[in-house]
Amino acid sequence: MKIALKNIIAFNPEQNLNKKTSLIIEDGIITKIGNITPEDSKNSKVYDLTDKYCSPGFFDMHVHLREPGREDKETIETGALAAANGGFTGIACMPNTTPAIDSAEVVTFIKEKAKNNLVDIFPVGAVTVERKGELLSPMAELYDAGAVAFSDDGVAVKSSRILRTALEYAKMFNLPIIDHCEDDSLAGGAMNESFNSTLLGLPPIPSVAEDIIVSRDLLLAEYLDARIHIAHISTRRSVELVRMAKSRGIKVSAEVTPHHFTLTDDAVKTYDTNTKMNPPLRTNADVTAILEALKDGTIDCIASDHAPHAIEEKEVEFEDAPNGIVGLETQIGLAFTELYHKKILSLEQMIEKLAINARKILNIPIPKIEVGAEANLTIFDPDEIWTVDISKFKSKSKNSPFNKRLLQGRSVAVLNKGKMYYKGSFIEI
Amino acid sequence: MPLTSRHLLGLQGVPKEDILLILDTATTFKEVLDRPIKKVPTLQGKTVVNLFYENSTRTRISFELAEKRLSADALNFSVSTSSVKKGETFKDTIRNIEAMKVDMIVVRHSAAGVPYFLTQISNCNVINAGDGTHEHPTQALLDFYSIREKLGRLQGVRVCIVGDIAHSRVALSNIFGLKAVGAEVSVCGPATMIPGFIEDLGVKVYHRIDDAIMENDVLNVLRIQLERKAREYFPSIREYHNYFGITRERLDRLGKDILILHPGPINRGVELSSEIADGMNQIILQQVTNGVAVRMAVLYLLGTQN
Ligand SMILES: [Zn+2]
Repeated sequence: MKIALKNIIAFNPEQNLNKKTSLIIEDGIITKIGNITPEDSKNSKVYDLTDKYCSPGFFDMHVHLREPGREDKETIETGALAAANGGFTGIACMPNTTPAIDSAEVVTFIKEKAKNNLVDIFPVGAVTVERKGELLSPMAELYDAGAVAFSDDGVAVKSSRILRTALEYAKMFNLPIIDHCEDDSLAGGAMNESFNSTLLGLPPIPSVAEDIIVSRDLLLAEYLDARIHIAHISTRRSVELVRMAKSRGIKVSAEVTPHHFTLTDDAVKTYDTNTKMNPPLRTNADVTAILEALKDGTIDCIASDHAPHAIEEKEVEFEDAPNGIVGLETQIGLAFTELYHKKILSLEQMIEKLAINARKILNIPIPKIEVGAEANLTIFDPDEIWTVDISKFKSKSKNSPFNKRLLQGRSVAVLNKGKMYYKGSFIEI
Repeated sequence: MPLTSRHLLGLQGVPKEDILLILDTATTFKEVLDRPIKKVPTLQGKTVVNLFYENSTRTRISFELAEKRLSADALNFSVSTSSVKKGETFKDTIRNIEAMKVDMIVVRHSAAGVPYFLTQISNCNVINAGDGTHEHPTQALLDFYSIREKLGRLQGVRVCIVGDIAHSRVALSNIFGLKAVGAEVSVCGPATMIPGFIEDLGVKVYHRIDDAIMENDVLNVLRIQLERKAREYFPSIREYHNYFGITRERLDRLGKDILILHPGPINRGVELSSEIADGMNQIILQQVTNGVAVRMAVLYLLGTQN
């Protein structure tokens, strides 16, 4: 198959590329960049993409697929479909499945299942066996099977000694430990501790529960000269700590979710369980600090923490509801609306935080837009205005606080592995 | 003049006029309660469900009595565990109850926000009989009723709530309601039991009970929970009693006469000394009657809106 992406703006800060051109793609490979000749148009399917951009395919490094274990909430297939629909060509999936991704078999199972998907799926291995925080998982075997990082996400690695061991061990593969930073002896509530938690009478989670673990992790990473990645950073202090650590040369990276830069704990006021997440939605001061940190590079990338839950699990008392929201299909819209259109980030920074930096953190090659390269691209329209409709989600779960929200910026199509996802269907290219 | 809301979910945002209307209506009903035939036909034909997810015999009986005095059909629905543990969602339970053609739901739950959630999924009038550590509006209203009965006014009265403010559902309702009617509100307790940001509500914080006694007209003393979990917040009962307990000796030493309220049951020797507790029998009994009158007023005002 041969397709032509006509009048598109090819954009890749890694290649200093920003130009209006056309791309010919044959059998999944970029074979021409430049003007389309009548000859080209004759024997290829032509897409006119005036004013649309294409960049290296977007990548989300924090996704919870529920397979194996809770296939009623999400499977590898539906998760990958939601990712394609949301504009991603690659995702990393977290190990809190049942069983956990703590053996090479589970890594292989996921990779095997994902093999024919357009979206590349990279499993994150567990740090400890069954994510219990006691015994190291077989990290070398996980790495050999294809794990791209290690995490006990859902909980922090509680014991500093175990974390130390894991950080040292992971250095052999140059992979980061991704930590969910939460001191559970301080946390355990249902929302951020603030004026709002007092008003709502909900058990509070203090922001310092995150800050304490972030500081411990940074100090250990510095001491061991090892790599730490802070998952879903959400507080002002944590951001300050990471900024300071980076200035001291500590090998730290950090991600933020769209909900943590879009919403504050004001959203909890209606006791909507779709505003319950971990870390919880914080205050205005935290959001301001996060925006600043995105701008100055303290925060490396945007990740959804896509956490599908069944409707009946969320339609319960706030305190009993599970944490998390689906995010793959709102991430791009929220990021462009809140960051690009509000002039927090330039387009170049947007692409770094949506496509490039996450791959760098996980040692995954960054797709190139050049002749001979495999077409791994996201085509997006930064200006398209659209309304979120959870009933249109491809994810099996619909737990989102953003239903009916007006957004500006959207993925138009994704291309990878010889396929294109465009207007709701897959096309061989 | 009707109430401004269809529900009584809490006292946050409830206007002064509504609170005073409830208290004035309660006065009328208290007279009914003194009659030989303690019943009025006001809510005849209305069905009220007392939906209690948490054991609270006192509050439930008070509501039930209020409903019967108003001639409503009262149904009790007690669920011992949360819906999650039971495997049925809260929503399913409500659908089942609504199918019984219910007009009003009185709900008590250990989780904050449940009464609000109920208004989203049901057409009934909802009355919050206590949700988690959020609000317990009828308890606060009966406190206001008792204060007004004793002191003749609420405007300008200085009320201090003493005890575990952070884990109390009564404290917030008292704070919102008392502020609305023009009283001054403060709280007193160990720092670990005062929720963060409470000063942002315009509430003064005391950590010395003597100061609280000297600078207030009313002490609303909360019951201290003695379970293990609550005990994480102070070193020992002895220490709590010595530093925050109200004793005869303390009041005599300060030479201060002060109105003391307590929602009951009292932990003698903890928040109140035995002598103080003995002296409160009268007011506690009055509080019980006032509780029925206030709940009749709330049920009546909500149940006859349309
Ligand atoms: Zn997490």
